[in-house]
Amino acid sequence: MKSLLKINNLSTHFHTEAGPIKAVNDVSFRIGEGETVCIVGESGCGKSITAMSVMGLVEGPNGRVVNGQILFDGKDLLQIGKEELRRIRGNDISIIFQEPMSSLNPVITIGKQIMEPLMLHQRLNKKQAYARTIELIELVGIPRAEQIASSYPHELSGGMLQRIMIAIAISCGPKLLIADEPTTALDVTIQAQVLETLRQIKEQSKMSMMLITHDLGVVAEMADYVIVMYAGKIVEQGGVVELFEHPKHPYTRGLLKSKPVIGQRLEQLYSIPGQVPNPLELVESCYFHDRCESCLPVCHTRQPQLKKSGDGQQVACWLYEEEAQYE
Amino acid sequence: MRTYLLRRCLYMIMILLGASMLIFFLYSLTPGDYVDNNMNLSEQRKAELREIHGLDRPIIERYINWMANIFKGDFGYSLAQQRSVIDLFQDYIWNSFLLAVVATFFTWFFAVVIGVLTAYKQYSLFDTLVMIGIFAAMSIPSFFIGLFLIKVFAVDLKLLPPGGMITTGSRAVGWEYIKDVLHHMLLPVAVMVMLGVGSLTRYFRSNMLDVIKQDYVRTARAKGLKERSVLFRHALKNAMLPAITLVGFELPGLFGGSIIIEKIFNWPGIGQLYMQSFTVRDYPLLMGFTMFIAILTVIGTLISDILYHTSDPRVRL
Amino acid sequence: MSIPTTTTHTARARSPVEASSSLWRQSIRQLSKNKLAVSGFIFIIFMFLICFIGPLFSPYADNKINPAMMHKPPSMKHWLGTDLLGRDVLTRLLQAGRISLTVGLASMALSMTIGTILGIISGYYRGIVDQIIMRTADLLFTIPGLPILFIMGALMSEWKVPTDYRLYLVMLMLSIIGWPGVARLVRSQMLSLREREYMQAAVVLGLRDRRKLFHHLLPNVFPLLIVIATLSIGGAILSESVLSFFGLGVMPPTPTWGNMIDAANNVIDFEKRPWLWIPPGLAIFLTVIAINLFGDGLRDVLDPKQKK
Repeated sequence: MKSLLKINNLSTHFHTEAGPIKAVNDVSFRIGEGETVCIVGESGCGKSITAMSVMGLVEGPNGRVVNGQILFDGKDLLQIGKEELRRIRGNDISIIFQEPMSSLNPVITIGKQIMEPLMLHQRLNKKQAYARTIELIELVGIPRAEQIASSYPHELSGGMLQRIMIAIAISCGPKLLIADEPTTALDVTIQAQVLETLRQIKEQSKMSMMLITHDLGVVAEMADYVIVMYAGKIVEQGGVVELFEHPKHPYTRGLLKSKPVIGQRLEQLYSIPGQVPNPLELVESCYFHDRCESCLPVCHTRQPQLKKSGDGQQVACWLYEEEAQYE
Repeated sequence: MRTYLLRRCLYMIMILLGASMLIFFLYSLTPGDYVDNNMNLSEQRKAELREIHGLDRPIIERYINWMANIFKGDFGYSLAQQRSVIDLFQDYIWNSFLLAVVATFFTWFFAVVIGVLTAYKQYSLFDTLVMIGIFAAMSIPSFFIGLFLIKVFAVDLKLLPPGGMITTGSRAVGWEYIKDVLHHMLLPVAVMVMLGVGSLTRYFRSNMLDVIKQDYVRTARAKGLKERSVLFRHALKNAMLPAITLVGFELPGLFGGSIIIEKIFNWPGIGQLYMQSFTVRDYPLLMGFTMFIAILTVIGTLISDILYHTSDPRVRL
Repeated sequence: MSIPTTTTHTARARSPVEASSSLWRQSIRQLSKNKLAVSGFIFIIFMFLICFIGPLFSPYADNKINPAMMHKPPSMKHWLGTDLLGRDVLTRLLQAGRISLTVGLASMALSMTIGTILGIISGYYRGIVDQIIMRTADLLFTIPGLPILFIMGALMSEWKVPTDYRLYLVMLMLSIIGWPGVARLVRSQMLSLREREYMQAAVVLGLRDRRKLFHHLLPNVFPLLIVIATLSIGGAILSESVLSFFGLGVMPPTPTWGNMIDAANNVIDFEKRPWLWIPPGLAIFLTVIAINLFGDGLRDVLDPKQKK
């Protein structure tokens, strides 16, 4: 499969008064054409920052991509100019955010907000853009499109707004759609509908998708390939079937264990002990070592590298490195 | 909304009643009025004048009369100028209004543009310089900066007229007249803008700082919009919303003129009229003016309130 | 996005457990990082020092009238020249500074005291007392400040108040204009504080009204008051200068910065002798800007909710 997006050694840091925070720390992966890649991890593990780095929207005066390559269609997004990147944003790569309620401008009508990228990137005139907007609203499964187009965001529900966000994101027929926790803020029943909409659209358009989530249920539904992140680093990645059937990293195993399974009643739901480490206090070690059930002496002092293990699966863990066993 | 407005109006009238009492009794406490101070009048003539204008009646009665007349739209009769206060207002108010409207327009224009840019470039050198400028503008004594600019531009450089609205003795009409007035307006407008732009810029800057952190601004960027439309279309629209309420508060300034500026620049406006009347203790006019400003202030507050409740699609009553 | 935001927040948020003394120390440390506020503070101290100590070292401090030295431009002997009575302008400027700064400080103290007391009474007892106080405040907001000050200034003139006393009356006048703003702020703080748990706990414990007031509430409004107090000194200095400039405030021979600028009302002094009126104007401007910079820095530190 040809890769659409290839990220090499990406590092994004935030400079704070207390020192630099390595939000994304030497991360590499690829997304093939038409593929759906899920990035999984607890909140604060750097998955959203990875997405924002791809968009070139790492915010604030303090955040900066310090190293790496983001190759999209063979072009390094970190090297091209701001203006060229702006033309790619919303056109070839688009994004859906977690909070639909606050992600739309409260004082501009829904219709105008969908029309904007159409007129900007596709050079449609007002009339064409409006016609396309109506089509898009219907495409994401909202009836009475014209009425919706002339309403303001506060008049719609969260689920509807997220569909509008999807409509905006797909309006220019992007090659890559990034969805950053698209269903987290929604009611459970609405979650399934929105995911279904996303999947249908993806199947029709053959675009690639980077889906960021902490919900393994969503991963199982949507993903072709899964990347597990912890404290800014990738700890394991692999095809969805292999990863779910043979999780290697203790963190992945913990995640899978803590997912409730219907029909299986337990006294207590499993949860990984301990807390995510303070990103300011990270030293050379496996960042997961103090929560790990099978921690080795070497885990305290050296960081494991991401290495191939089995069929296309990669894991960064000393348990799978032969030399480590003898140290 | 209806009952709310009704309650507001009732409250407004009460405040105005209170204000009128305060104004009236404060002025009538002051010994020595125009009649007293006028050396040219005989004792007999003074007594006659007092009787004509009801100045010899008990103070409560005078107050009631005064109030009743204000309700009828009659703000009293100026003894010094021998004309009704309302007529005098009509002569001077539009000059004040012209000055104030132009100054307000430029103040808002600069405040919005600078406010947006400083918020966008927060903590940059530009931002710091503007912040210092804002503090400077908020700390200038208005009469001093007026005098200083007159000294520099009118007295020393002779570029601009030192005061007034038209060149003395000028009979220019049409385009020439407009040019003459504009020429005279330049300095007072500049001073008024300087004095007002500081706090307003700060206000817009802080509003913008709040707004550009919002998720929808990130969405606008993610759509690939140009930074200009992100700032001036998406962000500014939201930052302007709370500012709409300020429009009402500008009202007393628009029609009430600026006492200090008009005095310093000898601008024939209502504030200048006030200062003139002050030196001759022309109380009917002074009371009328103060009451007039109080009414404008109350109405302005009401307008602000209504605008607040109607402008934001989210908080409509 | 949550990593950086949460950590910076926790780093900045102050834990309520911390002792109040360390809170102050922390505030001072934070304040000392704000260069503009620090330079403002240094300038204020400098201004106070030279105004109060400077004239002691001046050979012209007795203000003796010297007809031989009338209207001399700045020179080595008289750095800022002399005025129409041959007095040294620099010395007078510093002496005027004493008065102007004192008026600023005193009227601030007065309006803070009145405003705080009325605000606390208003916010604590509510009901009819609150209504009376707050409606009076509304009234004073409705009537424009300048005309009111002018009338009061005229009243003083008509009643032939001796010039020595005018100074004190000007302070009083400025505080009459100043207190409503303070009272409103204190009241709104009080209303929100009343609702907090520890106040309710105090009620449960049956503490007496007055103890509740002063032991629990004052320390909470204090930081806010310091900020308003600082900023209002600047406002008072400005208002005093306007009044005195128009001859309705403090009158000569008592010098203030405002009535020194009065020289500009004379055409010849205005056009030919700028040393008479530009220095006091600059003194007002620089002092007020320093106060505003410092006050704003204080606000950032002591009242982070207001920070924008």
